[in-house]
Amino acid sequence: MNKLVWRKIVNRVMVFLTAFSAALGVAALLAVLTFVVKNGIAALNVDMLTRLPTPVGVPGGGVANAIVGSLIVIGLASLFAVPVGLGAGMYLSEFGNNRFADVVRYLADVLSGVPSIVIGIFAYNLIVARQGHFSALSGGVALGVMMLPSIVRTTEEMMRMVPASQREASLALGLPRWRTILSVVLPSARSGVTTGILLAVARVAGETAPLLFTAFGNPYWSFDINQPIATLPHTLFTYAISPYADWQSKAWGTAIILTSMMLLASVLARRSRRHVAA
Amino acid sequence: MTTWERKLSAGSVSAPARPASRTATRKELTGHQQQILATEVVAEEGAVARAGDYAMRVEQLAAGFGGFAAVDDVTLDIMPRTITAIIGPSGSGKSTFLRCLNRMHEEVRGSWARGTVLLGGQNIYAPGVDPVEVRRHVGMVFQKPNPFPTMSIYENVAAGLRLNQWGRVPDLDAKVQHALELAALWDEVKDKLFQSGAALSGGQQQRLCIARALAVEPEILLMDEPASALDPVATLRIEELMRELVKNYTIVIVTHNMQQAARVSDRTAFLMMGDDRAGRLIEQGPTDELFTNPRDKRTEDYITGRFG
Repeated sequence: MNKLVWRKIVNRVMVFLTAFSAALGVAALLAVLTFVVKNGIAALNVDMLTRLPTPVGVPGGGVANAIVGSLIVIGLASLFAVPVGLGAGMYLSEFGNNRFADVVRYLADVLSGVPSIVIGIFAYNLIVARQGHFSALSGGVALGVMMLPSIVRTTEEMMRMVPASQREASLALGLPRWRTILSVVLPSARSGVTTGILLAVARVAGETAPLLFTAFGNPYWSFDINQPIATLPHTLFTYAISPYADWQSKAWGTAIILTSMMLLASVLARRSRRHVAA
Repeated sequence: MTTWERKLSAGSVSAPARPASRTATRKELTGHQQQILATEVVAEEGAVARAGDYAMRVEQLAAGFGGFAAVDDVTLDIMPRTITAIIGPSGSGKSTFLRCLNRMHEEVRGSWARGTVLLGGQNIYAPGVDPVEVRRHVGMVFQKPNPFPTMSIYENVAAGLRLNQWGRVPDLDAKVQHALELAALWDEVKDKLFQSGAALSGGQQQRLCIARALAVEPEILLMDEPASALDPVATLRIEELMRELVKNYTIVIVTHNMQQAARVSDRTAFLMMGDDRAGRLIEQGPTDELFTNPRDKRTEDYITGRFG
């Protein structure tokens, strides 16, 4: 009896400790969000979203070029990473029972652990150093390389989750394997794959280090992928380390914009996942 | 089909002799259809089908996984426009045998098959024969209903036709309706063709799978315990449907349920595993005979429920 009471007490304490840890994890996120909002809300206005940056000392202006620039760079990154990642994931899931596939899986895991600044140097050497100038293109390549491993692995996982009975049903109709993969397996895995892509986008959208010496930044509008381009994380970085109070305040405003965009991507990812369950 | 699509669908690009052998398969199958027509006349006269009038002839088939043989030395003729039931205890290789008849067995990793399976004179295990082509002539319905969840009822039935060629399929609507009518499902789904097949009941889903298999117009339909996941009413409907379909199709059904085999089939083959756990053919013949007057002691023990 005494033992039972003791066990119940231990149970209570342990449940409390795990719940406390969970609360602590969420508290960190909430603290960051409130901190960003509290400091940034003052700088946030329509000009921030629609105007170009102004020179130091000139009031007003915004980061509209960086918002568009970020979208362009992420778009370029997706353009490289999504087709290659989907293809590689499909291969690993449907034909991946060999030595080569094991090596690819292992290397994808290694790649996802490579520091982002190293990937930036890689893109610098590959494109910037050869072209002789910074460019949106090189930034897109750097972010694309970072997106690649997570797209590969989620595509593989999601396609593996499609039951074998679906593949058999299709093959038994006399459909060739490539048709089965494209028209039966991939559509079944589509929501999960979309979620994986959106999460990969959200993850690289805030990357700063690889953009420092690739996209480089630009105080003007630029839609040329061969020219340097402004991006939100890089603008935030430049403003935050500046000695001017006005710029520092704008850095907080930029932080709100960037965080909201990433949250939006996460919410979209969640919604497409809920679609899977339904 | 374009040449490159054929190569893709063949799974691998190899011997230049392949196009020739594929053409041969087609010709043989056309001959096979004529053969079925000829046999029908014989059957109507009440005569026992002559040897050679088979829809499929299995000779010394052995199949298994890795170092294990699930089926060994099975020789069996499948008669056209009859229902052949494959019965036997669990682990006697019934399903493996069935899956060898349209080369679905090889889709399992580590599987192997040896022997001859003649489909209208052509050995489907001959080198150069494309399993994809075989499956267009020998359809299959599985144990658990498996409609494509991302497709509507209509798309499920149309899948085999639509995904097998580029561009529009002529008269697709009519073909889908015909297949659903054959599967006795049309009246129940005609008002919700564009809803998901997953919303149907289990029995309806299984009939949808039958319609899907029939839409590509196979000559032979393999059914792997098609009613084992269904309730008695739905089971009865599937059995009635099979009796209807056998007027135009050759059906091979694997069943765990001896009453079902007795009710539905014309011929029965009894498989049982030996001491090495490989399934072998113990006895086969007309269903009435096999159930009322089994020749082999093991068949008698099994059908009287003494084991299995």
